[in-house]
Amino acid sequence: MQTKKTGFLSSLKAIVCDPFTMFGVVSAILLLLLTVAPAKDYLSEWRGYQRQYLTFIQNRGDAVTLRRHFQGGINQIWIPQLDVVDRCQTCHVGVGEASLADVKQQPFRAHPPIPHKLTEFGCVICHRGQGAATTVNQAHHSDMTGEEPILPARYIESSCGQCHHEPLEGTPKLNQGRTLLSRYGCVNCHTITLPDGSTMQATDFPPPLTHIADKTTREWIYAWLKDPAAYSSTATMPNFMLSDSDASDISAFLMADSTPDPADRISSPAASKTPPADPTAGASLYGESFCASCHATQNEAGNLVGGTLGPELTNVGTKVKPAWLLAWMRDPKHYDPATRMPQYRWTDAQLNLLAAFLENKTDPDFVANVHLQPATKQQIAHGKELVMENGCASCHEIPGVPKPENFGPNLSRVGSKPLVQLIFLPGMEHSLPAYLSGKIRQPRAFGASLRMPKFNLSSAQVEAATTALLSLTDRSFSLPANLQVPSTPQSHYEPAGQAGQLMSSLNCLSCHSINGHGGTMAPDLSWEGSSVQRTWLESFLKNPNTLRPTLIRRMPKFNLTDAESTVLTDYIMTAYQTPSFVRDEMPLTGYSPALIEKGRELFYSRYACQSCHMVNPNVDKGYIGPTLTDVGARLNAAWIFHYLKDPQALRPGTIEPNQHLSDDDANALTAFLMAQKGGAGQGAKQ
Amino acid sequence: MLALALCAGCKHPTSSAPALKPTASGTAIVLVGGDKQLGSPGSRLSQPLQFQVNDNLGNAVTGAEVEITGPKGVIFDPAQVLTDENGQATFKVRLGGISGRYELTASSRDAHGKPFSLTVAEFAAGYQEQVGYEVNEKYCSRCHDQDSTVTQVSNYDNLAVKPHSFSNGDVYNKITASDLATIITHGGPAINRSALMPPYGWTLNKAETQAVIAYIRLVSDPPYVAPGVVYAKH
Repeated sequence: MQTKKTGFLSSLKAIVCDPFTMFGVVSAILLLLLTVAPAKDYLSEWRGYQRQYLTFIQNRGDAVTLRRHFQGGINQIWIPQLDVVDRCQTCHVGVGEASLADVKQQPFRAHPPIPHKLTEFGCVICHRGQGAATTVNQAHHSDMTGEEPILPARYIESSCGQCHHEPLEGTPKLNQGRTLLSRYGCVNCHTITLPDGSTMQATDFPPPLTHIADKTTREWIYAWLKDPAAYSSTATMPNFMLSDSDASDISAFLMADSTPDPADRISSPAASKTPPADPTAGASLYGESFCASCHATQNEAGNLVGGTLGPELTNVGTKVKPAWLLAWMRDPKHYDPATRMPQYRWTDAQLNLLAAFLENKTDPDFVANVHLQPATKQQIAHGKELVMENGCASCHEIPGVPKPENFGPNLSRVGSKPLVQLIFLPGMEHSLPAYLSGKIRQPRAFGASLRMPKFNLSSAQVEAATTALLSLTDRSFSLPANLQVPSTPQSHYEPAGQAGQLMSSLNCLSCHSINGHGGTMAPDLSWEGSSVQRTWLESFLKNPNTLRPTLIRRMPKFNLTDAESTVLTDYIMTAYQTPSFVRDEMPLTGYSPALIEKGRELFYSRYACQSCHMVNPNVDKGYIGPTLTDVGARLNAAWIFHYLKDPQALRPGTIEPNQHLSDDDANALTAFLMAQKGGAGQGAKQ
Repeated sequence: MLALALCAGCKHPTSSAPALKPTASGTAIVLVGGDKQLGSPGSRLSQPLQFQVNDNLGNAVTGAEVEITGPKGVIFDPAQVLTDENGQATFKVRLGGISGRYELTASSRDAHGKPFSLTVAEFAAGYQEQVGYEVNEKYCSRCHDQDSTVTQVSNYDNLAVKPHSFSNGDVYNKITASDLATIITHGGPAINRSALMPPYGWTLNKAETQAVIAYIRLVSDPPYVAPGVVYAKH
């Protein structure tokens, strides 16, 4: 041992002492050290990708062009005003090469076409990750404080939502997610403030519970609270995971808290007792009234059939009390002023028929095993505490319980929440999207004391809601204001006067939109007064017959009186006119036969309108557009003319193509269409 | 319990599933449903992909092993499975992160260990194809799609000259992108086709027209192959 050491020392001594040997050794070390930096650079990950790229393109037909475009070294997009320093193109070399669109091998694929230029926005604004990094690991997967990993492709639409706050063509998932946040009442507990200062608003208004004891039983409330999805698979009410005793106490409180409403007691007991003469009459009336346009019911095959505007009615007989049902159908707004249900003018006999039909829609199993003891004072008091703890009043109006402010955490910037502030469950992927979707899917798994209820959402809906939440980023607030595309401001238009009251009771705006306010199920009526003829409108309101035979959602018959339909017609004809032309600038009749004939030829040959419309029902078959057999008795000539010239200008979003007609052609077609007055096969005669 | 369920839901199913023990074998795989779906990149397809294993008499075989494979990035749940009592194997599919056509292959082995398989296609729509799909749903599909649904009745049967389905690659792959743009913009007569195809050039903008073409190219069957760069001959 000792000798070895001395040997080593002596050789070291020899080297140090001999200046020539020393020089040689130091030079060798220096040379070696000098090679480290270039070697490290040469072997760096991104150079490897650039070499691979050059090999990859050399056998392609477009190799010459691609090689000419290729620039070695670190490539960087620098946009100071957006705080973007992105070096992604260093490895993603072909990202701007359109001819590499079909390449499947990353990182050489061209970026698929989007409406923005990469050089204007960079990469991380949409994809997240660390733009300045030059290794895959740091750029894509960093989860260090203040850094964020790359966004999984399935949430990429969230990035569009940082600037675009209006529904966007091409981002169905983001649009759906935003709709869910509003429809499922998320925004009732969580405040979501958008960069323009507006807050997201709920679009679904759960019923007030003021007179709930008139409407249903304590047993039903109990069973509903325990599992809303068991009553209706489309329920928007979430499951609060209540224990049996808590559900019992809340139901006790709600019943005790409810005040009786005299109107709910009124019914015609004599009539309702007699069973209807025709057992199918109730179902027929349900069909004729187009209840299914808004309400769904389960058919025999177990499929839900009908709209989603109103609650599902499959088991409504289990839920509502007969007297309440009659009072509700007679005047829905009396019980719930915010309801979207129209007031049909049903006769007592019709009301009884429908009520009997609906009361038969029951699911006895739903409340069969619910046996509740009469509630004690303590239970009722505890029920009230629970109602406050669970934030029921965030969505429902409950007497004596004020609507809580900021009940859930503010989510305005939840899409940028740092991972260090999140508590993940063991085994869970450490990423914000995984956390958000996990919270929506199983909120109580993150802590038994959490108040967030479990919503009945499919995995696609959870993904959509997560996408919408991920769009709420810090960056959306810090981006220059001129990049923000605000959502269309919400219109609060309500028609005025006597007609306004009528339209409010008929809830026209549940389906129709007027001046930017209302539903999308039925045509926009903002310019209806310019469009239709007075006599047609008046008779249509009294007895709506469909213009589109293939539609399953149709305008119901509201049984209006003559006076009511006159008031409505007067108002619509006067108030809803387009400023772009004068309604009566063209005559309704008196077009020359030659002009009509020319229009007929244009209709059938040049423009082939019969592929979508029907003028002569014996020959024409198209039924994409409305039937035109009596269009001359329905529409105004000036409307037809201007509509033909530019359909989208008068009905935004209509699928009728703008055929860029000359005035002469539009004139001839108008003459032809105005000659279609319906009745004795006039079209055929032409 | 909940936490466990959640974790199971979050984790991606791994390919290292325990080996299945097939109890039977067939000779052919046929498609039951779930192919040619349009999804977004990285998302789960709305319908599962279903196959059936048949024996040489065409009867469904229960207990045959079916394995499904696809390009990198596609996640299957499960990746292999034994056929159920109806002889069917069902796979949930999550597409990969890049847009385009995905070819997935279901394979099984016959009694002699000889493999047989069936390849089907699914489509991941990027932004442009998604816009094209939406334009198609709004304007084109009324006539070009033969299938009627409750909410949307097809106009196909009413047309004297029948339009082609957009998935008909034999027709559309031969039409150049500029010709397609011309038909969409100026209507059928612009290139001597039917006047029943109206012009959409004043209804759609250029980006939407290009998007429809991108959508047609995506769903084309047989698949569309881009012509690539064409150079003048010497």
